[in-house]
Amino acid sequence: MEHIDFSLVDWSRAQFALTALYHWIFVPLTLGLSFIIAIMETLYVKTGNPEWKRITKYWMSLFGINFAIGVATGIILEFEFGTNWSNYSWFVGDIFGAPLAIEGIMAFFMESTFIAIMFFGWNKVSKKFHLLSSWLVAIGSNLSALWILVANAWMQNPTGMQFNPETARNEMVDFWSILFSPVAINKFLHTITSGYVLASIFVIGISAWYIIRKREVILGKRSIVVAGTFGLIASLYLAFTGDGSAKAVAQYQPMKLAAMEGLYHGSENAPLVAIGILDDVEINVDEDHFIAELPIPGALSMLAFGDFDAFVPGIYDLVHGNEEQGIISYQEKIKIGKKSIDALKAYKVAKKEGNTNEAEKQLKIFKENYKYFGFGYYAGHDPHELIPPVKITFYAFHIMVSLGTYFILFFALMLFYTLKNKIQDKNFILKLAVWTIPLAFISQEAGWIVAEVGRQPWVIQDLMPTIAAVSKIATTNVIITFFLFLAVFTALLIAEFKIMLTQIKKGPEEISKN
Amino acid sequence: MLKKIFNFYKEGFLSMKTGKKLWIIIGIKLFIMFAILKIFFFNDFLSSKFDNDKDKGDYVIEQLTNINK
Repeated sequence: MEHIDFSLVDWSRAQFALTALYHWIFVPLTLGLSFIIAIMETLYVKTGNPEWKRITKYWMSLFGINFAIGVATGIILEFEFGTNWSNYSWFVGDIFGAPLAIEGIMAFFMESTFIAIMFFGWNKVSKKFHLLSSWLVAIGSNLSALWILVANAWMQNPTGMQFNPETARNEMVDFWSILFSPVAINKFLHTITSGYVLASIFVIGISAWYIIRKREVILGKRSIVVAGTFGLIASLYLAFTGDGSAKAVAQYQPMKLAAMEGLYHGSENAPLVAIGILDDVEINVDEDHFIAELPIPGALSMLAFGDFDAFVPGIYDLVHGNEEQGIISYQEKIKIGKKSIDALKAYKVAKKEGNTNEAEKQLKIFKENYKYFGFGYYAGHDPHELIPPVKITFYAFHIMVSLGTYFILFFALMLFYTLKNKIQDKNFILKLAVWTIPLAFISQEAGWIVAEVGRQPWVIQDLMPTIAAVSKIATTNVIITFFLFLAVFTALLIAEFKIMLTQIKKGPEEISKN
Repeated sequence: MLKKIFNFYKEGFLSMKTGKKLWIIIGIKLFIMFAILKIFFFNDFLSSKFDNDKDKGDYVIEQLTNINK
């Protein structure tokens, strides 16, 4: 790592962000819509009412379009691991490989069998077997997401592994602690329920469009009742899992929490900023950076640690340390990390020379200091470089939370007027429902921006920063592929949008004729 | 049994309308991904440089421990 080309790191990060954000346009809709369809089909099988079958088949056609356009877009991320992030890919070893392999196998079997029955099996298999297939598609796609989210959670909170200095790989020693780490559980539940919320808004928005046009009013109202109920339950649970995620972040990634809240100076009874505007300064941690803010006293301490009097560290405390609170400064962590890296290097030399005693001594030092291994790469750097982009994280977090709160009210409102049979008279609310669809996608992307930008510069929390993870490849290659992806994904998105809009405009009647 | 499964898929694909358009998109997408991007732009970096895991591991260790600028 004699020469780290920061433009290479930045372009590689930009490329990964681009592909991940595009991929995440398709995934949450698949996760949520599959369950909504399964619920609708259950109503059909239970009641025998053919209208429910028509409704199910209609939403299935939109599910199919999204699935087809989105399928395999995630594989590009795996290409990038091997090409752009080879040090990282090697370093994570089977921790990342095993969950991804399980995900791949599950996705393959689910897609080639149960989705085929779901689409081709009407009138060819029994009603109950068809229904079972629809539920298995929903459960399978969500379980498929579990493994990739477990892998992501491990990067945020590496646990259950041991580094093997012979192979330079982390090896899994406790599968269950990786699978059931608090970060993994919260991440999985929070992410999939956000998909349910998005899909519910998608169904309600399109149903509202039909009702505005006085077409398919029964389909629209019934779909709103199913998606509204599902969405309301999911959005309340989303808030609950969001709280769990915040507590996990407070415990394992305090810098991310400080960035999410723009908290520069920690305190007991720390306030939660409901609304705030930050100035342009990113790096200076000695000052408060709010131009305007609306704080709720004590709420951050309560949300992060379940105690109004709990101390929440700010960016300043984390960088400079806080003896009173037992927080080690970044400078100290850099020293520890550097010691670990140097010991690993000395261990390899001693092994090569056949000096067993020295090798054992160095290995012990390496292991004792491994916790902050990644900090060592910042030896000789300004520790402020370890602060994530605060403004992006802060605004993305507040956009996500504000929209999440709005969605709860939105579902309650849509359900109330639909169950009162007054929704067809509420033109403003129906139009609001249509315009809420893009907001749902924005909140999804904002959530991932909080999760990923907020943990910078870490690829693996405290162990590997992006500068150590990146491959030594030509920056030009990364720039070329960045724009290639931009073109390919934009074309796919336009294709999805056009086919989806055509299908919606046709409506269920035309689709069933086809 | 196998024939039944084959016919199930065959009839399903043949009866598609919008689905045919989607399969064309999937085909183009997979072609771009595997026949262009993977082959020309996304070689596995370590596999393209080294033949065995030991050499790959040694290279990564060297990369991870050589932090002098």
